[in-house]
Amino acid sequence: MDVYLLTLVLFSIGIYCIVRKRNVIKTIIGVIILEYAVNLFFILSAYRTEGRAPIFMQEEEIVNMVDPLPHALVLTAIVIGLATTALLVGIAMRLYEKYGTFDITKIKELKG
Amino acid sequence: MTASSIIPLFVAIPLAGAFITPLIGKKVKWAPDVIGNSLTFVLAVLSIFSVMMVSSSGTIVYSVGGWMPPVGIAMVLDGLTSFMLVTVNLLAFIIAVFSVNYMEKFTSKAKFYCLFLLMLAGMNGVLISGDMFNLFVFLEIASVASYALVAFGTERYELEAAFKYAIMGTVGSLFVLLGIVFLYSYTSTLNMADMAQVLMQKGGGNIVLMVSALFIMGFGLKAALVPFHAWLPDAHPSAPAPISAMLSGVLIKSLGVYALCRIFFNVIGMTADISSILMFLGALSMVVGVFLAIGQWDFKRLLAYHSISQIGYVVLGIGLGTPLGIFGGLFHLFNHSVFKSLLFLDSGAVEYSAGTRDLKKMGGLAEKMPVTGTTSLIASMSIAGVPPFNGFWSKLIIIIALVQAGRHGYAFWAVVASVLTLASFAKVMKYAFFDKLKEQLKQIKEVPIFMKLSMSALALICLFGGLLLVGAVKIDFLDKATDVLLEGTKYAAIVFKGIG
Repeated sequence: MDVYLLTLVLFSIGIYCIVRKRNVIKTIIGVIILEYAVNLFFILSAYRTEGRAPIFMQEEEIVNMVDPLPHALVLTAIVIGLATTALLVGIAMRLYEKYGTFDITKIKELKG
Repeated sequence: MTASSIIPLFVAIPLAGAFITPLIGKKVKWAPDVIGNSLTFVLAVLSIFSVMMVSSSGTIVYSVGGWMPPVGIAMVLDGLTSFMLVTVNLLAFIIAVFSVNYMEKFTSKAKFYCLFLLMLAGMNGVLISGDMFNLFVFLEIASVASYALVAFGTERYELEAAFKYAIMGTVGSLFVLLGIVFLYSYTSTLNMADMAQVLMQKGGGNIVLMVSALFIMGFGLKAALVPFHAWLPDAHPSAPAPISAMLSGVLIKSLGVYALCRIFFNVIGMTADISSILMFLGALSMVVGVFLAIGQWDFKRLLAYHSISQIGYVVLGIGLGTPLGIFGGLFHLFNHSVFKSLLFLDSGAVEYSAGTRDLKKMGGLAEKMPVTGTTSLIASMSIAGVPPFNGFWSKLIIIIALVQAGRHGYAFWAVVASVLTLASFAKVMKYAFFDKLKEQLKQIKEVPIFMKLSMSALALICLFGGLLLVGAVKIDFLDKATDVLLEGTKYAAIVFKGIG
């Protein structure tokens, strides 16, 4: 149970970072933390008590194994996260070139 | 070669195009235009073909890699999917034609068409996917491509809008992923049809409520329903005009409204609570969107706020859940994608010729740009609900459905929003097209041929859109889509019957 609560804490930190931080880079780090919280939760949901790695071997019988599917899915989610992060950092670099600052309170020309 | 093998083509063709375009595009100047237009044309034809296939042989399921669902990934083609495929691919083709001339002023056409086709692949993937996680992957493909496209001009405001959009979009996608995690750990399956069956046997509980809330947040953000709409008025006007048309016309619908409907109607099962939440969000977006729109002076920003408002109509109609309400909602979805794309293309044409988006700096453009003036008059009348254009019929159906269901309050607000829409487009037409011609605008010329062609094509669809309500077209195109949502969680049984 504690582990689940810890992922919740991580999730909340991520949300806090995105909502409250003014620095563009810190906002991006918030997104990354949020992503990791969700991925960790996905892995945790696959765990079975006393489970072992789901590797099939001829001579032994598997009684209790963890669910292998979420691991594969999380890999996909991580790759998607990488693409998003790369794009976000790319945009942040261009923003810095144009505005000369990472402070989002100074980057607001769009209003109304 | 069975009938089902055309289903993966909707993803494979644009993905292949997105791969080839930047490779060839650097060497051969005309290649990106030809590849982009011919591929979207092929897709549009295929999508119309898919409607005919669904009407002749019912729901078709393609098993990816020969692995049978529910273990393998399924791609499902049914009435709603083929309806959305026609909307998306037809619009994509017309917008690609428009881009031939419009994108000349940007430096890299190859990159533009690469991202455009990637976004199209993602949207088509969301539509045909019968697998929960697959839906998420395609959703992210389309979203990431659209973040990049919003920033395509790399000017100050474009970058700012793209950053905002990317952060909020990513958070929305993560909520969707979290919802999928909960659903998977509850049902131990990812196939949508199988999931619906397991949920029916196990019954809903708190976890289903939690998942519903996460999906409403996630997909609501993609659909720009009102509490989650903050990114749209920045992102849509900042993109190049064809992309604004794509985003407002089809992206928010295929990623937002379609996914919301598919999951709530066919997987989780519609309840009275969810229906009233959707209706409330819809009505709120409808009214707030139009109030915010009426005071805008930036042409594209005004249109973006109207997108929020019109999406409200669609969600209100579909959320009502009666056959007529769903029918009206889906019909309005199609109509909105046509006239809103046309309006964004018109604003692009004005920007192309007159070089401004500020309504106060325009005036009398109808004299110099007859095609743009006429088409935007048609589109404005459609969006405001003036008969006989297509927007009138769908709004009328939604309002009749609301009155029939005894929801007179919502019907009243729908009428009010429609009147305010008319007022704000009267303002656009007066300031931009009918007023006296300004001195500095004497030199401008009408836009090139391809832009005229695509705008005229969309205007024709606006004019004759009402004809979709009669005859065989209605039965094959709109009724089939309505039936899919009405059959609810019986979807599972239908999909399993269609495997083959």
